[in-house]
This record gives sequence, C-alpha cells and structure tokens, in this order.
Amino acid sequence: MSDGAHFLFLIALLPFVGALVPGVMIRAGRTACASFTAVPTALALILLMTFAPAVLRGEVIQAEIEWLPQLGLSASFFLDGLGFLFATMILGVGLLITLYARFYLSGDDPMGQFYTYLLLFQGAMLGIVISDNILLLLIFWELTSLSSFLLIGYWKHLPEGRQGARMALAVTGSGGLAMIGGMLILGNIVGSYNLTDILAAGDLIRASDWYLPALILILLGAFTKSAQFPFHFWLPHAMAAPTPVSAYLHSATMVKAGVFLMARMWPALAGTDAWFYIVGTTGLITMVLGALIALFKDDLKALLAFSTVSHLGLLTMLLGFGTEAAAVAAVFHIINHLTFKAALFMTAGIVDHEAHTRDIKRLGGLRHLMPVTFVIGTIAALSMAGIPFFNGFLSKEMMLEEASHTKWLDSYYVVPVLATLGALLSVAYSFRFIAHVFLGPVRDDYPHKPHDPPFGMWAAPALLTVLVLLIGILPAVAEPIVTAAASAVTGADLHPHLKIWHGVTPALYMSILAILGGAVLLAIHAPLDRAWIKAPRPEAKTIFDGLVAALAAFARTITEGVHNGAISRYLAIFTVASVGLGAVAFAGGGLSERTRELLPIPPVIAVGWLMLIVATVSVVLMHRARFRALVLIGIIGLSISAGFAYLSAPDLALTQISVETVTIMLLLLALHFLPKETPRESPMGLKLRDGLIAIAAGGGVGGLVYAFLLRDIDTISDYHIANSYEGGGGTNVVNVILVDFRGYDTYGEIIVLGIAGLIIYALMQALLEGPAARRLRNVDYSQDRSRDRHPLMMVVVTRLLMPIAIMVGIYIFLRGHNQPGGGFVAGLVIAIALLMQYMASGFAWTQARQRIEYHAMIGFGVVIAGLTGAGAWVFGLPFLTSGYTYVHLPPIEEFELATAMLFDLGVFLTVLGAVMLMLYSLSRIARYAGSADVNVEAMDYDPSERQSDAEEAR
Amino acid sequence: MHWIIAPVVLPALLAPIIGFVTRHDIRLSRIASVSGTVLLLAVAIGLALQAAGGETTVYRLGSWPAPFGIVLVLDRLSALMVLLTAALALIVLLHAIATGWDRRGRHFHALFQFQLMGICGAFLTGDIFNLFVFFEVLLIASYGLMIHSGGRERMRAGLQYVVMNLAGSTLFLFALGTLYASTGTLNIADLAAKVPQIPVEEAALVRVAAMLLMIVFAVKAALFPVQFWLPATYSNAPAPVAALFAIMTKVGAYAIIRIHTLAFGPDVASTEGIAATWLFPAAIVTIAIGALGVLGARRLMPLIAFSIVGSMGTLLVAVASFTPEAMTAALYYLVHSTFAAACLFLVADLVMSRRGGDSLTTMPPTAQNGLFAALFFGAAIAMAGMPPLSGFLGKLLVLDAIREPGAMPWAWTAILVGSLFTIVGFARAGSTIFWKSTSLALADEATGGSAPATGDMAIGARPGELTPVMAAIAALALLAVLAGPLAAYLEETSAQIFDREGYISAVLTPEEAAE
Repeated sequence: MSDGAHFLFLIALLPFVGALVPGVMIRAGRTACASFTAVPTALALILLMTFAPAVLRGEVIQAEIEWLPQLGLSASFFLDGLGFLFATMILGVGLLITLYARFYLSGDDPMGQFYTYLLLFQGAMLGIVISDNILLLLIFWELTSLSSFLLIGYWKHLPEGRQGARMALAVTGSGGLAMIGGMLILGNIVGSYNLTDILAAGDLIRASDWYLPALILILLGAFTKSAQFPFHFWLPHAMAAPTPVSAYLHSATMVKAGVFLMARMWPALAGTDAWFYIVGTTGLITMVLGALIALFKDDLKALLAFSTVSHLGLLTMLLGFGTEAAAVAAVFHIINHLTFKAALFMTAGIVDHEAHTRDIKRLGGLRHLMPVTFVIGTIAALSMAGIPFFNGFLSKEMMLEEASHTKWLDSYYVVPVLATLGALLSVAYSFRFIAHVFLGPVRDDYPHKPHDPPFGMWAAPALLTVLVLLIGILPAVAEPIVTAAASAVTGADLHPHLKIWHGVTPALYMSILAILGGAVLLAIHAPLDRAWIKAPRPEAKTIFDGLVAALAAFARTITEGVHNGAISRYLAIFTVASVGLGAVAFAGGGLSERTRELLPIPPVIAVGWLMLIVATVSVVLMHRARFRALVLIGIIGLSISAGFAYLSAPDLALTQISVETVTIMLLLLALHFLPKETPRESPMGLKLRDGLIAIAAGGGVGGLVYAFLLRDIDTISDYHIANSYEGGGGTNVVNVILVDFRGYDTYGEIIVLGIAGLIIYALMQALLEGPAARRLRNVDYSQDRSRDRHPLMMVVVTRLLMPIAIMVGIYIFLRGHNQPGGGFVAGLVIAIALLMQYMASGFAWTQARQRIEYHAMIGFGVVIAGLTGAGAWVFGLPFLTSGYTYVHLPPIEEFELATAMLFDLGVFLTVLGAVMLMLYSLSRIARYAGSADVNVEAMDYDPSERQSDAEEAR
Repeated sequence: MHWIIAPVVLPALLAPIIGFVTRHDIRLSRIASVSGTVLLLAVAIGLALQAAGGETTVYRLGSWPAPFGIVLVLDRLSALMVLLTAALALIVLLHAIATGWDRRGRHFHALFQFQLMGICGAFLTGDIFNLFVFFEVLLIASYGLMIHSGGRERMRAGLQYVVMNLAGSTLFLFALGTLYASTGTLNIADLAAKVPQIPVEEAALVRVAAMLLMIVFAVKAALFPVQFWLPATYSNAPAPVAALFAIMTKVGAYAIIRIHTLAFGPDVASTEGIAATWLFPAAIVTIAIGALGVLGARRLMPLIAFSIVGSMGTLLVAVASFTPEAMTAALYYLVHSTFAAACLFLVADLVMSRRGGDSLTTMPPTAQNGLFAALFFGAAIAMAGMPPLSGFLGKLLVLDAIREPGAMPWAWTAILVGSLFTIVGFARAGSTIFWKSTSLALADEATGGSAPATGDMAIGARPGELTPVMAAIAALALLAVLAGPLAAYLEETSAQIFDREGYISAVLTPEEAAE
C-alpha cells in the first residue's frame, strides 16, 4: 500500500456517508441541502486530485482490506489511468449536477431524497471504477442498478417514472445477474477474483474452454447496462426521471459503466474473434440504429437518449475492434461524449423547465428568447455532430479512421460504410436539435413563455461547453489523461498524439460526407418523418411490458394451479412421493437373510384380525355417517389393544384402551356441534385415484413391516431390559423407559399434550368471540336431543363408579414403576371417570362441582416434571437423572420411593389437565349453544319430585 | 455444564407459568416472556462461545450412557442454530408486543415459549426419536401460534398446515420404525457408526428409512414436492408468527444437514445416492416454484412466503453438494435468509396493519409512506440477494461453492434467474404499494376532495414498532460487514459437520473414559 493509498477507502466511502446528509440538511433549506450534498463529492474529488500526478505518471495506487477471504472477496481498490478518468468524470459531473438540480427541482419535489439517491448512485458508480476485486465490482454494479431504480422512479406518482424504473431495473438487473455468472467463471479460470491478477492472466483466460461462456455472460452485463442493441430499449424510458438524473446517468455514469467494464476487461478478454464479432458488431448495429431512431424523436430527451445509445454503440464498437488505436479513440470519445452530452441534457432540461415542453414540434425560435441557452446548446450539439474545432470532431475522426481499415468477415466495406452512415445520422439529429429548437421564427404558442434561466442553472452546462471548445481547439490538454487511461485499458505503454489535422485521410472524406449528408437529411426531414411515422416498427416497451405481463400471468397460473388449496391433492402428492421414492430407495439395496419363521395363526387371532379388517373397510365405506364411523373406529382401537395384549405388551394395551376411550368420548361430544354427515365432494375418478394411492401406501408400509419383522437385529433395548431394575429401580421396563431411560421424550410429549389443551382453549375463546358464535347460538339442536338426556340409571351408576375409578387410577399410578400402568394411563383413567360424570349429569351440573383449574393442572404437571428433572442438578447430575430408595414405614410393607414417580406425577397431572381442558372447552361451547335450557340438575326427572308432580296432576 | 439444556428447560418451565399464573395480565406475561427470551439469548451466546472452540459437548440425560439414553449434543452447528433462534425470537417478540398482536388471542406468550423450547430442543438433541418428539412440540406450538387470533382464512390454512405436518409426523414414525428395525438404535452418533457397516446387499430397509426421513425433513423445509403447505400457512399466519416461522423451515434444513451427513452421508455406501441425488433436483424445482410464486403473487404475504420457498431452494441446492465449502455457503445463507424473511414479514405487518390488508392494489399512501418504503426496500433487496445486505454475499457464496460440472449450470441458472424473478416481483409489489399510492394522493388533492388519511392509515409507527424491524435490517447489514469472521466460524462448523469420527467418538466414548 503506497503512501496515502488508504485515502482510496475514504473516497469510496464518502458518497455513502454523505448520503445521510441531505436527508437531514433539507430541514435547513434547499440551498443548504444542495451545498451540503456538494461537500462529500467535492471532498472526494479533492482527494482524488491528490493522486493525479502519480496516476498520470502511470503509477497504480492500491489499497486493500480483507472482507470475505473464504470467497476471495476483499475490499480492495486501485486507481489507474482508466479508473482515475472515470472517477473524475463521476465526481466532477456529480458536482455540476448537484448545482443544476438545486435550480431544476421544484418546491414540491422532496429534494433531500433526491440528493440522497444521487449520492448513493454516485458512490456505487465510483465503487465500480476503482474496485480491484471483481466481486466487489459486482456489488457496486448491482448497487448502481438499485440506486438508479430509485432515481428513475423519483417522480413516483408518474406511471412513466415507475415503469421506466422497473424496466431499467429488470434489464440492467438481469444483465448484472448474468455478469455474476461470468465473473465467477472468470475467477475460477484465473484462481483469483483480484482484478489485477485477472488482467495479467489474459492469455490463460482466452485459452480456457470457459472463455466463451464467461465472455458472453460478462458482455450481457455490459450490454444491458450500456443499452446496447437489443437491450437498448430501457434507456429512453429511463428519461422519465428528472433531467438532472438523465444528464448524470446517461452522459457520465450509469450507461458508461458497461463501456467502462469492457475497457477494464479489455486486456483479459479482448483480442479474439469472438470478442471482435460480438462486441464490434453489437456496437456497430447499436450506433446506426440509435442514431436512426434519434433522428425521428420529437421529445428532446428521447432524441438525446437515442443519441446516447448511438454513441455508446460507437464506444462499444471501438473497444470491440480490439486495437490499441481504437482503444485510444474510445477513451478520448468517452471524455468528449461526456462533455457535450451532459451539457445537452441540461440544455434540454432548461428548455423544458422554461417552455414547459420538450416536444421539438412545439418549439423553435428560442434563439431570440433564450440566447444563453442557445449558445450552450449549439456548441454542444455541434460537438455531437462532429464539426471541426469542437471536441466531438476529434474522436469521431479517430473512430472513422479505425473503421476505415477494419475488415468484417471478408468485407472491407461493411464497417466503414455503416460507420459513416452512423456519423451522418448523428450529424442530422444534431443539426435538427439546433435548427428545430433554437432557429426559425419565434412562435406564440409555447405552453409557457420561455426566457433564460438564472445563472445557477446554466452555469454547469456552460462550464462543460468551455471544455468542449478547449479540447476541440487545443486537443493536447487532454493528452495526459487520455494517455494514462488508454495505457491502462490496453496494458501497453501508449503515447497518442491528439491533433485536429490528420492530413487527407479516408476519415476526412467520410467526415465530410457525413456532414453534407446530415445536412441533406435535415432538409428533407419532414417527408422522412411522415414516412417514419407510417412505417410499422416494433415498439420495445409494448413488447417488454407484454413479456413481463405474460410471464407474470404464466407464473400466476402455475402458482395458483399448483397451490390450489386442495389439501387432498397435497396429501396425494406427498403420499405418491413417499411411496415412489421409498420404492426407489428400497430397490437400491438388498435384504438380509430372514432370521425368523412365520408363527402359526391361532383361530382367535384370525377372528380378531378379520374384525380389524372388516371394521377398517367399514369405516372407509361408511365414513359419511359420522356417528357410525366413530363407533367403528372404536372397534378398531379395541382390536389393536387386544393385539397388544396378545403380543405381551400390557402397557401398550392399557394405554391404547384408555386413549381410545377418551378420544372417542371427546369426539362424540364434539360431533354434537358438527354436521352428522360428511358431504360428497370427490367425483368417482378422484376417489379411484385416491383409493389406489392409499392402497399403494398401505401396501408399502405393510410390506416394510413384514420385511423387518422377519429379521432379528441387535438393539439398544437389550440394555434397557438388563438395566431397568438395577439402574432405574423398576421392574416394568416400559415404564422405566418412559420415565427414566427416555424420560426426556416423555417430558416433550406431555408438553405436546399440554399445548394441545391450551390451543383448544384458545381456539374455543376465539370461536366464541368471533362470528361463529352467532351461528352456534342459532343452531336448533332439539332435533337430536333425546327426551331423556340424563338418564337416572346412568347418573346413579356413574356416581357409584366415580370413587372406584379414582381408586383404580391411583392404583395404576402407584404400581406403574413395576407393573403395567403409570402416570399416563392413570391420568386417562381418572379423566374417564370425570368424563362419565359430564356425560351422565350434564356439563353445567358437573362444572359447578369442579373447582380445580385445568390450566393449573397442566401448568403444575409440566413444572413438576421439569423441576423433578432439574432436581438432579442439585446433586451435580444431568437433567432427569433419577434416584430411588426403599422406605419402611410400619405398618405398611417396605415400598419404593423414586424420583421417577414424581416425574410420573407431572405426567399424570398434565394428561388429566389437558383432557379436562379439552372437555371444558367443549362444555363451554355446549353451554353457549344451548344456554337457554342448560340443566342445573343432574337428572331430567328427579324421582324425589315425582310424587309431588303426581299429586299436582291429580 | 448444565447450560446446554437451558434453552429447552428455561422456556419449558416459563411457558406453563405464563400460561397459568400470568394469563390474566398481559403486561405480566410480556415481562415474563421478554425476560425469558433475553435470558435465552444470553445462554445461547454463552453456548456459542463454548462451542466456538471446536469441542463437542455431550449431555447425557438421566446419566444414562449413550446410545441407551438420550443425549444432547452441542457443537458449532447446534450452538449457531440456537443462537439464531434466540436472536430472531427476541426481535419477533418485541414486534408482537409493540404491535399488540400478542393480545389478539389467548396464550400467545405461553405458546411462544413452548415454540422456542421445541425449536431449541430439535437443534440440540443427539437422538433421532427425540428429534421426532421436538418436531411434535414445535408443530403443535406453531399450530397454536399460527391460528392465534382466529379468522376464517387463518383457520382454514391452519388446518392444512397441521394436517400436512401430521402426515409428515406419521411418515417420521414409519421411518423411525424402519430405522430402528434395521439398525437397532436411535442415537444419531450410533447410527453414524452403524449405518456404514451395513453392506449394500442388506441395506434395502435402511435406505428406505433414509429416504423417508429426507421426505419428512423436506416437508419441514418446504421442499418440492411437499412445499404446498407453506405459502398458505405463512401468508395467513399473524405476521409476527410468520416471521418466527422463518426459523421453522430451517429446522428441516438443519435436520437434513445433520442426519444426511452424519448417518446417511454421501460417502456412506449403504445409503449412497439418496440424499445427494434427490435433494438437488428437488431444490432446483423449489427455487423455480418460489420465483414463479413471487412473480405471480396477488397479495403481499404470499409474495413473501414464496420468496421464502425460493430461499429454501437456494439453501438446499448448496446443501445438496455435500461438500464443506458448499456447506459453509449454505450455513451463511441459512443465517441470512432467516433474518431476511423475518424482516420482510415485520415490515409487511407495519404496512398491512395500516392499509387494512395485503392485497397488491393501489390505495392512498399511509402515514410514513417513505419510511416504510425504505424499510421494505431494504428487506426486499436482502431477500432478493442484492447488495449491500447479506443476501448478495450469500448468493455469491452459494454460486461459488457449486462447482461440480453436472450441477453448476442448473444451479446457477436456477439461482440467477430465480433472483431476477424475485427482483421483478418485489419491484412490482413495492412500486404498487409505495409509489403508485402517491399518485392517488395527488389525484385527491387535484380534485379538491382531498380526504386526509384516516383511521389506522394515519397512525405513524411508534419507535417500539420500528425497532425490531430496524434490528433485523441491522442484523442483515452486520452479516454483510462481518462476513469474513462469520464465514471463518462457519467454515469450522462445516468441517465439524463432516467430521463423522469426531462426532461419534464425542458421543459414544463413555464419560469416565473421556475424562
């Protein structure tokens, strides 16, 4: 890092930091805002100028900070002739634009925002031209797309502004994305993302197989940015932006980024046929086409926009030639184009600002009304036309000179002829700019009476025209910077001599031809214009809008077609994918030898199995009648419980039975509020499809189970069986697994249950507070109701059963650690006991006698389980480490106390609380729905009152 | 040394207390919930520092030796995920409180804490059945959060969400049954040790298990063809909940990263060709679905939801390479996309609550139109992968890491074209909401009938509402600025992910022997 090189970071950062300023300073007034915007730019420019001597000597200033070394991305900057040239242009014109915009923007426009965007954009551009790392360059590249999006869309209330902004973003953004690909490939070839390394590895790159893809992708980025054919169409639409933006983006900066990139990459990519034919040809076409369209544009800014397209084509073509002389011409023309084009845009802005129109057909004769503007505009336009003694002439001559000896395929004529044609058209529209705006008679139908603007507004373009003349007359003043920049582009040590008179060369003839031809074209412009308007031609915006709209419509069709909200289809796809992929996976491997023989099937089991099958098939057939389906599901559950019992899994059987009972009971209660029939929704074909899918899935699972049931394998359960008593203090392995070996799982599962309880409660609340509540109130349930809702016998029996059931529950809980049982089952059993009371005696009656809060039960359950687990910490042991001891309390026999039981208590409470909270939620709904005739008595017919009834009747 | 279980136990103890003790006082619930989340963040930072050294800490629950009991495993990856969860949770929680979302239904804070417990538990566990349990916890809690405050559309979407994910859970059980039947173990380290020993000729069952597990995780990660639930769920969930869900898809991605490198890694002969072969095309299609969804969206919430689908595709494209470099990129992208998605939902919430809906139609501008536009712009460029926020670096890392000639053209095309669609989609949406609306305001003034913005529209956002969004954007900016150190950490993380022997020996070496 050379002395002072770290100022490069400061230069790069200044615009971004400065972007914060205008948003705040706008409160101090518009002039203050503009002045403070100029400060960071001016500072950066001054810093940049301190490097001028060194850079012009040919030195390269470098500075680097590591950023993301894993990727090869570093915040490294370097400043050579080319970067210096562009940086000067960006900052210099930035200053002029700041000044110009102060007077251009009206009081209604949020100026702080404008300057913020402008500085952001300036920072992004500056970053591009001084990046020494192509990934960093990409970052700034994309930033220009984003910040130009904001600038172009600045007048956000205008549809043109919004559409232009989006179009620019889409086109330049897509180019940027392509460029990402190209740059990554390039980095891959070279093995470094360092620009300096890449520029030094040109031969390696050009020899690589990946050269062409990289070239095309990078050029896509450059062409879209620099509005090269066929991506040129966004640029004119970007003219919806305020004129200062157009002047900045389309003379000095944004569109030059593509040209800059091609110049920058010149040593690495140029010099091949592919480069010549792609870049050169694209440039040539763009130059001619842009100039042609410009000639027929009536909007001043559109004319200038297409002229910019044309000149960018010229620059691209020159770079595409791949010769050193062409590179010099390109660099020189970059400077010249900047000076006259920025001045012209500002002139157009002044005209628009003063006359309130930019339509050439409504203008003319402004020479007398706006003399200063006339002088500025004319000088700049003459330079654009390439008239001697204006700087545009010099670089155009050099271009024609290069074109005159460039061979395209086998033709010596294509390039010179087309280049001359381009120059000729350029002369024509430049002359038209002067003649149709300023010359001619003064009209009396301007939308607004024009006059020269205040000094502040014409100062900037005036300064630029001074440069136009200065370089035009004394080209040697530009020699040092052109030398430095051209040497940087080509990587060779060049010493070009810029002069006005080159002798009688082909270029001179071509030039003369162009000027004469241009004048003739202008003379016959009116008929040509009529013909042009009549001629059919593709309208790029219509095509682009149509394309985007079609794409969006296509995307919408696909998206909404695929995500149509049919859960049955989602599930079908999920199932098909699972079965299909599962089968593929299965086919990729083999099965081991089977180690087990099939057991004989006892008749009882066969009957049970048959019952299971019949019940299941019946559910499928009868699922529309929901009550019946529930009963059938109950049968299935019981059969499975029986199966567990038969297969020596009493714990599972117990759990299954109680879960089954609770579930069915709750479902029955819930069904009360739901339609009793499922409507028919699927047509036959769909049913068939779903049936096949279901059979495939069921068959797959069955096959899988069959396969692994026949094969023995060593499992960790052996350890559980061996250590259950000694380590866990219980002889019931299943329970020890649940509360000890895998107590953590149980902990999670009871929390699931607790959450479910909470959710049901929250759902019920939402339901009762929402519109559904009204519907609920208005449903007539009397049809379903039995006259004997709370039968005497049932009430009496459930009351008798209650203490017994609770005893059983406690028993099951206590013996759980050693015998089948445990907190989970116990919780369910007691829940069933309570459920029965609800069913028999009614919600209201039971609820009135129920004083424990279910929330509390869940809360305590989860907390007790958690604290039991955490208790182990006190002993320095991990969560859920259990301890047990045997206690002898006379007269009871010796019994065991285990922390696992405390944990099980947590399980018990949570299960009970959750089930009861669900029940409570249902009962809330029931009371809400039938609040008119809710029972307060346990029985509909109280026998004790029967006597008096009878007496009364008598 | 017990800190490793704190991210699970802390919210698990706090949630029932919030659910019961403080349920009648929203302020008390808020205080408890925020303090819990701050504590969680502090613990997560501590754990991340502990893991940064490269040590794999194993916590044997109930003091049972692995693989017979359940273990928690803290390594760089799980520490990172827990830290990410905690940071995101704090941002989302503050937003939910500031905007008053938490009081629009019951039990928000209790469910929120349970949700955190589920997520942290899934990241920390070293046991695949326990992973299932925590999948259940986070599923049921997320269902509760998703339908928070009710509403017809939300209930309908919630039902689809829970049904789809219960189907996934069922498949998870099938897969675990098959896995247990073919390996005899549930401990991930033990699986990693045993699966490679199964000869291919006998691997049919374990292959099925590996495949089914991948589908299960893909459901969570919203990967094609099981992504269907995500757009409707996220776009109908309360916005802060959708923001929190940004981490939920990452649980699926995490599980794939963990299980399909350790147990069924691409170098394991017995399960060869399962993860890498199928994950890649699925991820590519997922990117396409996301991109098309963004471009074609009619409403803002689905647009964001589809952009998340796309980001999951990008993330899993990187994962599918199963190389350390690509994994580093994937992890960076994972962290980035979590914040980006959350940030988008939070901004969208601020705007939608003022516009009274999320349809992409022109309405008069709300208060602070410019501020909201700026925040949306920031969040959108992050999601679309544009500089200067972390999305661009994430995208570059992913692109740079995918170098295999067969995969590169597909992946690059999908990611780059997908980015373009996303950019265009966001630009269209943003310009309609924030720019086009201003033309209506002008038109109003012109006709003289200027109705000043009324009701919710006129209420500016309070600092409390803006802070979480800004924090998210700041996080995205920090991720970009500190990309170098972060990537260095992630590089070590992915090295650790692929260090199968290290993981196995850390978990399976008995504690006494290790000491």
